Amino acid sequence: MTLDQLPIGKRARIVRVDWDRLVDEEAQRLRALGLDSGARVAVAHRGVFAGADPLAVIVGRMTVALRRVHAAAMVVDPVPEHEGERVA
Amino acid sequence: MTRLRSAALVGNPNAGKSALFNALTGARQKIANYPGVTVERKSGRLVLPSGEPVELTDLPGSYGLHPTSPDEAVTAKVILGQFPGEAAPEVLVVVLDASNLEQHLVFAQEVIALGRPTVVALNMVDLAERDGLVLDPQALERALGVPVIPTVAVRRRGLDELAAAIASAEARAAAPHPDHPRPHIDLTERRLSAHAIAEAAIVSETRRHRLHAKLDRLLLHPWIGPVILFALLFVVFQAVFAGATPFADALDGGVSWLGDQVRAAMPPSLARDLMTDGIISGVGSVVVFLPQIVILFFFILAMEASGYMARAAFLMDRMMAGVGLSGRSFIPLLSSFACAIPGIMATRSITDPRDRLTTILIAPMMTCSARLPVYAVIIAAFIPNRTVGLGVGLQGLVLLALYVAGIVGAMVVALVLRRSVTKGAASGFIMELPKYQMPRLKDMAIGLWQRAWIFLRRAGTIIFTVTVVLWLLLNFPRAHEGQNQVDASLAGHIANGLAVVVEPIGFNRDMALSLIPAMAAREVAVSSLATTYAVAAADDAAGSQQLGDRLRAKWTLPMALAFLAWFVFAPQCMSTIAVTRRETNGWKWPAFMLGYLFALAYIAAGVTYWSAVALGL
Repeated sequence: MTLDQLPIGKRARIVRVDWDRLVDEEAQRLRALGLDSGARVAVAHRGVFAGADPLAVIVGRMTVALRRVHAAAMVVDPVPEHEGERVA
Repeated sequence: MTRLRSAALVGNPNAGKSALFNALTGARQKIANYPGVTVERKSGRLVLPSGEPVELTDLPGSYGLHPTSPDEAVTAKVILGQFPGEAAPEVLVVVLDASNLEQHLVFAQEVIALGRPTVVALNMVDLAERDGLVLDPQALERALGVPVIPTVAVRRRGLDELAAAIASAEARAAAPHPDHPRPHIDLTERRLSAHAIAEAAIVSETRRHRLHAKLDRLLLHPWIGPVILFALLFVVFQAVFAGATPFADALDGGVSWLGDQVRAAMPPSLARDLMTDGIISGVGSVVVFLPQIVILFFFILAMEASGYMARAAFLMDRMMAGVGLSGRSFIPLLSSFACAIPGIMATRSITDPRDRLTTILIAPMMTCSARLPVYAVIIAAFIPNRTVGLGVGLQGLVLLALYVAGIVGAMVVALVLRRSVTKGAASGFIMELPKYQMPRLKDMAIGLWQRAWIFLRRAGTIIFTVTVVLWLLLNFPRAHEGQNQVDASLAGHIANGLAVVVEPIGFNRDMALSLIPAMAAREVAVSSLATTYAVAAADDAAGSQQLGDRLRAKWTLPMALAFLAWFVFAPQCMSTIAVTRRETNGWKWPAFMLGYLFALAYIAAGVTYWSAVALGL
């Protein structure tokens, strides 16, 4: 599953990021914001218009807006509900 | 020991750097661009406990020393002492958001690892407490090996301690902390260690339902969110148009009063005319926009400071992506409906340089308030005041069509530019949605003053020069007895030449002539036409009615429509050109803007004229 397919409110862990699909600047900025392998994330909001783009993703104590193309490059593994604390 | 001269604030965006900077330096700040780039250089005076002043700079917010935007490039170069003509700051003050340590410590470690005199300001500790977070600054200090001072910029907490730490930072740096000899660790390692340090510094944490999560559920709601956004924008525009009018009228009155005073004080002469008709009324016609600009920026700054701006960008991103831009372009473009000047100035919040340039280049196509006087006079004179059914007036419909023409034109141009002139991979739309905060009145006042000052300084330099040149063109050579001064002037001769150029698009010589003084500001076209047709009326309403009658006698409907189409696109506003020069750092882009907009205006007017003629209008 990739991050863009993650249902709202469901917690997940980023297992792999396909950096080659992204422009260097984008990749660097995403990493700088903590969106990298191992990060725990949850989708908090989706955009209004066609395609539910962009996404607001909770990572750590931050909410980061990014587009679906970026989220599609991130493979996530949903975290079972009982494990750990709630993120969103 | 040599005297400490400079220090700089560094940190992630949204660390509360600007508020801390304002609190440390007060309102006396110097704003300029870094040479060669359009990144703002903000500096001020910080007084150390010893009474000695140091120059404190507020470096642009950055996520790391490997830049992904022009802002970050400046920060990295200045810190590393690689920026030409800019000495590296002697002390670095790393500003951290106490409630987001894990993220902010990543960049902090990178800066500290440089081994330069460094102090950490653990900022916004009050907001962290609000979130139920209790921190141990000493633990953080031990882990980082540099002094850590808890601060609340907006309540002036910790400022004296921070100043004292800055004063003694240089001495400390001589001996590097033994626990931190690792200068080069990569991002992943820094992130892991940031996590560990943050964990160790957090004494206790009670998960509270955070306010901003609740607000986001409402403000980013798929359909309530946009409704709130548009309601808010409606209020903003209401305030800009209605609220600015009394102030603009007062300024206008002040300008005329000043003109009258000068006229009374000086003997009749060319010098007096230059003062009154040239400088005072010319610069005055630009200064009257100040109230609109200030009110608009009040809302823009409030949206930025509260954190709502990022949400507006989020809501509008999908729509802007359609023309190759991002959500960040939305507010600047929207502001341009009031006036392109604050719109273009607001593009500083767009991180991607190509997105920013595209936004600047299309901003003048948004129908600004200065076009309304032109539209109003022409529409009232030529478009019959009748309904086309369902209570929709034809005049209103034409006005709407002019607005839509500008928007559609801007979208098409954006698409074309993104594929040609400003081509390049977009950095997409990746931005932090900051926590909501109450905007501070003092920070807002400082920001407003800075924007107003930038505008007024323009009015005092470039706009002043252009005004004088225009006046000279209109007044020299002097007319002979019985000859009209405008006809005799250089501008009149230029109009004769211009008339040949604009004849194919249906313009007569009078129209060509009105375009010359209208370079100052579009609405001057109206008063210029009134002068040409020798309309003298006591008040505006009677004046424009009388002018309408004259226009109907001299122009045909296709000519009038062509004139309207011209003003949708023509870049007839020297303030916009001046501000574009400032924001793009050179004459290349304003020249490009002038060229393509005049070409568009010419084509639009021509197409309108010949279509109207073909339709037998």
